[in-house]
Amino acid sequence: MDLDLSPNIQAMFQELILDHYRRPRNKGALPDADRVIPMHNPLCGDEIDLHLKFDGDRVSGVAFTGRGCSISQASASMLTEAVKGKTRAEATALWDRFHAMILGDQEAARDKSLGALRSLSGVSRFPARVRCALLAWDALKQGMKG
Amino acid sequence: MNSLAPRSDFPLLAANPGLHYLDSAATSQKPRSVIDAIVRFYETTNANPHRGAYTLSVQATDAYHNARVRIARFFGVVDPATLIFTRGTTDSINLVAGSYGRSTVRAGDEIVITAMEHHANFVPWQQLALEKKARLRIVELEADGTLELDRFRETLSGRTRIVAFSHVSNALGTVNAVREIAALARAAGAVSVCDGAQSAPHMRVDFPALGVDFYAFSGHKMCGPMGSGGLIGRRDLLEAMPPYQTGGDMIEFVRDSDTTWNVLPHKFEAGTPSAADAVGLAAACDYLDALGMDAVAAHEKTLLRLAYERLAAMDDVTIYGPVPEKRSGALSFTMTDVHPHDLATILDGEGVCIRAGHHCAQPLMRRLGVPATARASFYLYNDEADIEAMVRGMEKARKLFAGAPAPSVGEIAGASAS
Ligand SMILES: Cc1ncc(COP(=O)(O)O)c(C=O)c1O
Repeated sequence: MDLDLSPNIQAMFQELILDHYRRPRNKGALPDADRVIPMHNPLCGDEIDLHLKFDGDRVSGVAFTGRGCSISQASASMLTEAVKGKTRAEATALWDRFHAMILGDQEAARDKSLGALRSLSGVSRFPARVRCALLAWDALKQGMKG
Repeated sequence: MNSLAPRSDFPLLAANPGLHYLDSAATSQKPRSVIDAIVRFYETTNANPHRGAYTLSVQATDAYHNARVRIARFFGVVDPATLIFTRGTTDSINLVAGSYGRSTVRAGDEIVITAMEHHANFVPWQQLALEKKARLRIVELEADGTLELDRFRETLSGRTRIVAFSHVSNALGTVNAVREIAALARAAGAVSVCDGAQSAPHMRVDFPALGVDFYAFSGHKMCGPMGSGGLIGRRDLLEAMPPYQTGGDMIEFVRDSDTTWNVLPHKFEAGTPSAADAVGLAAACDYLDALGMDAVAAHEKTLLRLAYERLAAMDDVTIYGPVPEKRSGALSFTMTDVHPHDLATILDGEGVCIRAGHHCAQPLMRRLGVPATARASFYLYNDEADIEAMVRGMEKARKLFAGAPAPSVGEIAGASAS
């Protein structure tokens, strides 16, 4: 689809992001969640509840509820896929890499370990949207603190 | 149709020919004459007003005083001492709440505001009510985002001390019946406080004719510098009010154990004033008066009608607020498939600046049932091309997001998570 959008905008709203927005993965409450972490961005009204279930040190279940813009929703959806099965230490390390990428770290943006999350790297060119991409991740950080 | 003021008058717009600035309700661009007036003050007149016994300080004092006279005249005020310089609308309303409010409101009294207020005209009254154990009463809106005088009649009583309301809503664009509301407040024995942040830039405002007791405005929304603005008040009220802040300039005699206050307006202007910004704001009044505020209002109305028609013709667009006849130049809307924040980013890529969010009016957003809206607002340098650019960007956003789930209220998918 050629909409004649600027390269930065195209990089931001990639097909993968729009796909996660249209068909969010793991959206809904986890009935047996160990923790539910609410996070919201008062500036634009985005709200996310991150649901986490642990099996020992491992994240055995992760889901989210809420509403918001494409970036906050897609980022939350991708987070659930990326974090499931990870230990707390692994999830925290992922948070570090993701955070660095969103804040514009070029090296992090090339880091293959981020997988599909790299499609969100275009957000770093839009400081006004950084908070959207980090919303669910801020909740994750809290959740990893135990 | 062309803009009312040439873009070449505005250095930022002249330097960015492709920029479509549709966020003047947040802050306006500044004309060259205003920027020059500020620079000239610092280059030729800079000294601390009121404090030096030398020629330069006298010149700075005169420049500051003359600016006050000029700006007062813009609002039809003949007694310039009843114009207090502040940092803007927020500061002005806090002045009234902190001085008049704190010294007169008692437990059991009532403060009346409306559901469309900007946080600047909401939170100070809410906090005052909490502090004084007074009751905050909120006049609700009609379905079209207007205020009915009957709702005020039902709400006002002998217990009402203050009625605070906006002249023009920043989120809905609604123009309120200031004279009538002020008359109802007076009849109830209450003072009226009018938030003029969105009227001063866009229409002729004659303070005496409005009949309100206090009128607050921001310089930066009316072509003036940021951090400038004022409070206009009735002299008898201002004279009876205690100071808002204390310190230099606002005193008469400082004895070891007590202090007497300077006369108006200095009683409310503690510390070194932003004289250069006052001078800049006076230049903004010159600029606006040269165009004519009636012409400014008419120009914005034309743009508003045009934008309203274009957006109303789109099936997936919801417009908030009343018909163009009842509003000023701000247009809030949502698109079914495109979140306001995403729309603002896509428009940004097209050089179109709009606002997305709650517009500092969360109580209103709750009532509208949306977390955020997009808002386009118009001013004297906008033209049809700005609206066309926005419409083109909206069409692109619509195509890009086709099939996306509506960011519906309270959406919770089934427990499909695993
Ligand atoms: C209606 C209204 N009231 C108050 C304000 C606050 O103005 P300021 O931020 O200049 O103090 C604004 C602008 O943001 C406004 O639109």
